[in-house]
Amino acid sequence: MGSHGIRDRVAIVGMGCTPFGEHWTRSADDLLIDAVGEAVTSAGITLDDIDAYWFGTQASGVSGLTLSRALHLPDKPVTRVENMCATGSEALRNACYAVASGAYDVAMAVGVEKLKDSGMSGLSGTAIPGAGDDSRGEITAPANFSLLAPAYAAKYGLAEEDMKDVITRIAWKNHVNGARNPRAQFRKEVPLERIRSAPIVAGMLGVFDCSGVSDGSAAAIVVRAEDAYKYTDKPIFVKALSFVAGPADGLLDPEYDFTTFPEVVASAREAYRQAGITDPRAELALAEVHDCFTPTELVLMEDLGFSERGQGWKDVTSGAFDLDGSLPVNPDGGLKAFGHPIGASGLRMMFEAWLQLRGEAPAERTLKSVAEGRSLALTHNLGGGPGECVSFVSVVGSQLTE
Amino acid sequence: MPGLIAYGAYVPYHRLARTDVAAALGGKGGKGTRAVAGYDEDTTSMAVEAARGALDRDGLRARVSQLFLATAAPAYLDKTNATAVHAALGLDPHVLAADMAGSVRSGLGALVTAARSPVPTLTVLSDLRTGLPGGTDEVAGGDGAAAFVFGGHRNGAPVIAELLAHDTVSDEILDRWRLPSTSVSRVWEERFAEEIYVSLAEKALTAALDHAAVDIGSIDHFVVAGLHARACAAVRRTAGVRPEAVTPDLAGVIGNAGTAQPGLLLADVLDRARPGELIALVVLGDGAGVLLLRTTDALPVHRAARPVAAQIAAGSAPMPYATYLSWRGLLDREPPRRPDPEPPYAPPAHRRTGWKYGFVASRCEKCATRHLPPDRVCTSCRSVDAMTDEPMAHVRGTVATFTVDRLAATPSPPMLVVVVDYDGGGRFRCQLTDATEADAVIGARVEMTFRRTVTASGVHNYFWKARPVRMGETEGTH
Repeated sequence: MGSHGIRDRVAIVGMGCTPFGEHWTRSADDLLIDAVGEAVTSAGITLDDIDAYWFGTQASGVSGLTLSRALHLPDKPVTRVENMCATGSEALRNACYAVASGAYDVAMAVGVEKLKDSGMSGLSGTAIPGAGDDSRGEITAPANFSLLAPAYAAKYGLAEEDMKDVITRIAWKNHVNGARNPRAQFRKEVPLERIRSAPIVAGMLGVFDCSGVSDGSAAAIVVRAEDAYKYTDKPIFVKALSFVAGPADGLLDPEYDFTTFPEVVASAREAYRQAGITDPRAELALAEVHDCFTPTELVLMEDLGFSERGQGWKDVTSGAFDLDGSLPVNPDGGLKAFGHPIGASGLRMMFEAWLQLRGEAPAERTLKSVAEGRSLALTHNLGGGPGECVSFVSVVGSQLTE
Repeated sequence: MPGLIAYGAYVPYHRLARTDVAAALGGKGGKGTRAVAGYDEDTTSMAVEAARGALDRDGLRARVSQLFLATAAPAYLDKTNATAVHAALGLDPHVLAADMAGSVRSGLGALVTAARSPVPTLTVLSDLRTGLPGGTDEVAGGDGAAAFVFGGHRNGAPVIAELLAHDTVSDEILDRWRLPSTSVSRVWEERFAEEIYVSLAEKALTAALDHAAVDIGSIDHFVVAGLHARACAAVRRTAGVRPEAVTPDLAGVIGNAGTAQPGLLLADVLDRARPGELIALVVLGDGAGVLLLRTTDALPVHRAARPVAAQIAAGSAPMPYATYLSWRGLLDREPPRRPDPEPPYAPPAHRRTGWKYGFVASRCEKCATRHLPPDRVCTSCRSVDAMTDEPMAHVRGTVATFTVDRLAATPSPPMLVVVVDYDGGGRFRCQLTDATEADAVIGARVEMTFRRTVTASGVHNYFWKARPVRMGETEGTH
């Protein structure tokens, strides 16, 4: 038994990503067709060259038919996967393993979600027979993640006002980044005071502390590392893929204190082991993390090892994770400003790593860290909530390890 | 000697000031406040709370042989409501649970049936009084519940009040009525029934006193209950009891809780009566009924843990009248843009009756870890199917963290949510009720309460919520 990783065995050679946002005139089919088309074009191939597909959506369709019907694929294997907000990353992970195993030469991961057709505020969720007896205390997603804020503030001695300043700073930073991203749902900087005084949704969280509810799709093409340069001269090599589904005992166990996601700590540790990373804050050029709500990003800075325990809020405040900080976090705007179509988000994060590590991000958000020679990027997804979640961490890089 | 062995009362937390009704609708409105069942309460959930108070003594639950729920506002027709109470109390499956539902007089019926019964009987009186906005029934009404356990024969439980005598007279009289499809009563001109009721009360009272061979002047607590306020006042005035024996009707502070009113008034008297005192309970409605009880030396040590007066004192500041109207379905408000609430699914609800209704968790036999909800696999030591039942309804806890969910669909936004760490271990996330945002803080002490969480697709969903600990009595022994 053991987890072995597939460091440098597969590469991403093509990617596509639609703009995220309120696509009232476009269906899930329209969106995935666009993302898939952009991906194959960027790799210089056609759909005939794809041997197998992994298709991720949380609620915008079931089975592989959702993809094969939209694309009219001729008798190809299509596997639909779902792992809450890590669904897009899960599709990529499975496609990578399929190629690494030797089963296929070329695999594609596609993620899509169409949230805005529901007419609901926020995520409408899915009906699960048996969960309707109210005995699990179901709450909305913002309320769920807002549980972090008072717990963090209490543990580290932050006054409520100071805590609000910290999460406001996170939202502000991601809107600054999103304003520089033509594909982002929200493309305007938002003044700190406007974020801070926005209508409250849950707990300490205002409207601007929540990720955008949006539609979108993203796709990636995976090949064996040794074949990568046949498709592009700037492939992105997969260094680590790590995923855990936690025991979901944080809502049962008084030992859990709501200031961490143990699942993230575990999946990050495994990813760093696979990738050979010892100091992520110094070694990574950028990180795309799951900022579904602003307190989540704060806690993730500590769980992913970017900040010491209890120090994350100081690093946030000092701008360490800004576009020009020591480790840019969510340079594309994150879930906050880029939007969060569940099944597409993990692949959207990878799309930013793809752009940045290849030096193709727009000039106004190019990263000093890349220019200075850092070549690794991290993406992170989290599904569920504090106390019971799934967590995905990847590390990718533009260079093969010697 | 048969008699009463336990009692409990439940007065909901919320209050409506009668002047606020007048401020909104014009007119005088009247003085004082009335008790208001929460948006998440109905006669079934209030019955559970009252019965929990009555059974909050060692071993009492195991002695109960039958349960009657009396209400004029049943949560369901066709389907028995007493079975939900039975499930929430965790009574033995062989305990009879049945409704006495429909008429306000069913409260008297349930009391007399229990008093006469040869087996220990739990009888719960619960009512939620409503009427058209500004009407007398709305303004003078009240919500609440009371529970009594009669028994004592070959039973071992000490009798706190012996049943000396009882009598009922029945009379077919059209003074108040309501068609099953409506929620508003109609009342004949009040003076018509007043004289009739005074006469009926005198008959029943005389019969009971004769049977017990006691004089009316020896009554220490004279309790008169009924929806006909004028008749009740006349009986109090003319029956011939010592003036100081006439007990207050609590109408000024909690209103008249209809079916539950005789129970609430009797509980209030039992809260303060001394041993050896004579209580006469007179109930008017479609006739009259009388119970004569003599308190015993056991009463002072077996009073209900939550006196009626304490519950009245712990009530909320008056709520806005518009909130009351929306809780009662008389004011339709814009719902949040969220999916419609789900009704409970029958099979999982039935599979998990112990958890859903009884709040019975599980405890690992190997490592003693508590699991809420109950699990088959221990989250701590991973043992499988090594669990025992762990009743948690009586266990208090402390808030570990909290939120205020302003997006969630709830009849009374915003939804308060707390993560509760229970004394002795175990954690559960649930709603906080009977509370304001100021009550949701880390470290707050909470206790569990049985509520109707939502009604969706014509199905009531019942489950437990936390509420702030407001009354300082020591924790019950379950």
